[in-house]
Amino acid sequence: MVDTVQAPKSSVSTSSVWQLVKYIFLAFTLMLLLLTCLHFVTLGLGIGTESNAAVDFESNSITLNLGSEPPQLNSTRSTDMVSGQILGHVMEGLIRYGPNNEILPGIATSWDISELTGTFYLREDAYWSNGTPVTAHDFVFAWQTAVDPETKSQYAFILYPLKNAEAIKSEIMAVEELGATALNDYTLQVELEQPTPYFIKLLAFFTYLPINREFYESTEGRYGTNAEDLIYNGPFVISKWQHGSRLRLEKNHTYWNKDETRLDAIDFGYILSDPTATINLFATEKIVMAGLQAENIERALANGWPIKEHVDGSVFYLGFNHREERPTSNRNLRKAIQMVCDQEELVFKVLKTPGNRPGESIFPVWLKGVEGFFRDEYPAPKHERNIELAKQYLNNALNELGLSEPPRLMFLTGDSEFSTKHAEYYQNLLKQNLGIEVRIDQQIFQQRLEKMTSGDYDIVAAGWGPDYDDVLTFGDLFTSWNANNRGLFKNDELDQNVQIAQQSSDPRTRMEAMDRVQHILYEEAAIIVEYERGSSYVADDRVQGVTRRAVGTDPDFTRAYLVKPETE
Amino acid sequence: MTRYVLMRLVQGVITVWFIATVTFFVMHSIPGNPLLNEKAVSDQVQEQLEKKYGLDKPVIVQYGIYMWNMIRGDFGLSFKQEERPVNKIIAERFPVSAILGILAIVIAGMGGILWGALTALYRNRWPDVVIIILVILGISVPSFVFATVGQLGIVVANRMLGFELLPVAGWGTIWHMLVPALVLGLGTMAFLTRLMRTSMLEIVNADYIRTARSKGVPVAQIFAKHQFRNAILPVVTVLGPSIAAITTGGFVVENVFAIPGLGRTFVEAVQQSDYTVIMGTTVFYGAFLVLMVIVVDLVYALIDPRVRLQ
Repeated sequence: MVDTVQAPKSSVSTSSVWQLVKYIFLAFTLMLLLLTCLHFVTLGLGIGTESNAAVDFESNSITLNLGSEPPQLNSTRSTDMVSGQILGHVMEGLIRYGPNNEILPGIATSWDISELTGTFYLREDAYWSNGTPVTAHDFVFAWQTAVDPETKSQYAFILYPLKNAEAIKSEIMAVEELGATALNDYTLQVELEQPTPYFIKLLAFFTYLPINREFYESTEGRYGTNAEDLIYNGPFVISKWQHGSRLRLEKNHTYWNKDETRLDAIDFGYILSDPTATINLFATEKIVMAGLQAENIERALANGWPIKEHVDGSVFYLGFNHREERPTSNRNLRKAIQMVCDQEELVFKVLKTPGNRPGESIFPVWLKGVEGFFRDEYPAPKHERNIELAKQYLNNALNELGLSEPPRLMFLTGDSEFSTKHAEYYQNLLKQNLGIEVRIDQQIFQQRLEKMTSGDYDIVAAGWGPDYDDVLTFGDLFTSWNANNRGLFKNDELDQNVQIAQQSSDPRTRMEAMDRVQHILYEEAAIIVEYERGSSYVADDRVQGVTRRAVGTDPDFTRAYLVKPETE
Repeated sequence: MTRYVLMRLVQGVITVWFIATVTFFVMHSIPGNPLLNEKAVSDQVQEQLEKKYGLDKPVIVQYGIYMWNMIRGDFGLSFKQEERPVNKIIAERFPVSAILGILAIVIAGMGGILWGALTALYRNRWPDVVIIILVILGISVPSFVFATVGQLGIVVANRMLGFELLPVAGWGTIWHMLVPALVLGLGTMAFLTRLMRTSMLEIVNADYIRTARSKGVPVAQIFAKHQFRNAILPVVTVLGPSIAAITTGGFVVENVFAIPGLGRTFVEAVQQSDYTVIMGTTVFYGAFLVLMVIVVDLVYALIDPRVRLQ
């Protein structure tokens, strides 16, 4: 094609456009070629998720999302909930928790526990996934490893009820001195440092899981870092672990109780933390469960998805800095702040996250007491907002502190949008009612911990999740010896009561001591309990038998099964 | 030529060293360290931990040790994904980011050049106006909005069609890549479109075009040989830094589409103060960026014979 006529300047030259179209065509072809190449490269690298359906009846499996890559599957060193969830599915300790949070025999079939000793009789039909039997030596080895200073376990403290555990961790004694002995392959004897009435409940925690020594040593320090660097004794095994993208669990056929495992596979096909993206996966039936945030509730309602609620067990509170140089070390100032707080307003009008419950005590409602629930037997201190009283407290505080106007306070909190909203609520509340200026200090997680530990704050938005199913998991939080008491609150009466609860074997004495603790915390305004965290989520009805828990493996799919929807 | 390349490489090494040094000291001066955990440990345990990871030594000594290991190609072990070597994490994650990045840059580059040329041809007519409005949108809307909207688009499309047209998230096949790559490339595409348009229009009135026209060279040929080729030059120049920006800047997209890439690893490491992963990824990205700029300079010489490398 020869264009001999000069096109007028203002009009578009069709031949040039044609040329461009040719280029576009060329580009398109190249693009297809590139896509094909990339496709094969990706397949060749073997990274990726398969697009399975959320529920697959044919292979009897489900697909789920995991919030993050499990950071540590070496049970002696795990600290986080994601690792805990995976370990709960692939490992088993002496006991395990059943669907109604009752204690069930695990590797131990029976046990005798007296004040200072315990004997556990292990089943002889428990095997590791490589065929070797699970023995009492595996527990002794794991526990010794966890308290060994060389291991640098951050959760070694949970083993401190064992005799000499703390001394070993503190490099005073050798690991062999630990109060755990294998009398023979299937009998484990435990000695305790002091009477620990809740010891049996600790045994479900991941630090107490067994480890096969021979295998552990054969991994040369890589234990738990890859699917092939672990052996399993629980309901499932990790059959595939592609870091950052996928973790697949398959039924463990060497598990002693394999008849109770009804799913053949649980595929964590996505590792994704973005809440909206997770909901999108649920909407297209790619995963069976997804957490709901406030912004996604409407969408769930509009789609008619069944919304479920779950108490996740954590309690959130405002922690005060009790260091002497801080104004918040003044009780009257703390009381003044306590008196302007209204937890119901916070939970229902400000945070508006469904499932949250206004906080009344550091002991959440689900904790067990003497016979029933602790909070039914020992009600939380009554609290009602009282601005007048708050102002009186403030005046007293100003006199004691020798100030003419309220001090400025530093409010340390996280860097999320939620944290901003939360902190601004308090900024407003304290300014309007007490004239206290609040400066908000938003920090990312590690920096926030650093500032909490060094005491660079006045008020901090903090929370605590339970480690084991006993009042003490919250009760000892504000003792003078607890390193998590980062505000350095000190109260002798509280310390004494915690010691009573730690040592007494009488449930009533223990619970009464804990009742004193919740009242001391309120009277002294050591902290202001804000809310018990709950969460809402959507779940596929075709999956049944899923257990949600406040303590331990959550959500627990070990006994889940599929139900075919009735055909219309 | 060889000398020029060598010179640039030496400069590159110095740049990377500088990046590593600054990052190292800034990272250590920020409060918080990777060993802090939500559950507090006693001072003694804290000391044990610091000793194990060598954090008890003065920062300058740590710097020396780190640099020595780095020269030998060892980025150390991750603090948070414990016992996993950083080299391995990068080796696993970078190919993913790279594949996504290549696709995004190709989409952005081709799209930018072609749209740019089109707008220049239709200057001040409706295609020009429409595309320029889209370009402004593309430049000003942040990628997380595109990512979310893109994903929602897939959900709606799949719903309406009744079968799965494209997967919502995940990684593994070509279908997983299309939307994330498009989202990732949009910003750059918009930017390149504008650049190409300006560049084309500047050249329309150049002497050599007028000469060609007066010689009676066919319009299509003028467009192809003189205008288009010359106009592409500035676009190629910015392509280098764009490649690095796209390959490394995929955090949001990787996060929304559950893609196991390096961008996500990097941002998570910063949030968790995972020192070794921060250093490893920063140095790696730094080296990558420097390399890309050098490569682009070399490519420049191929496209434009007037540029001689000295």
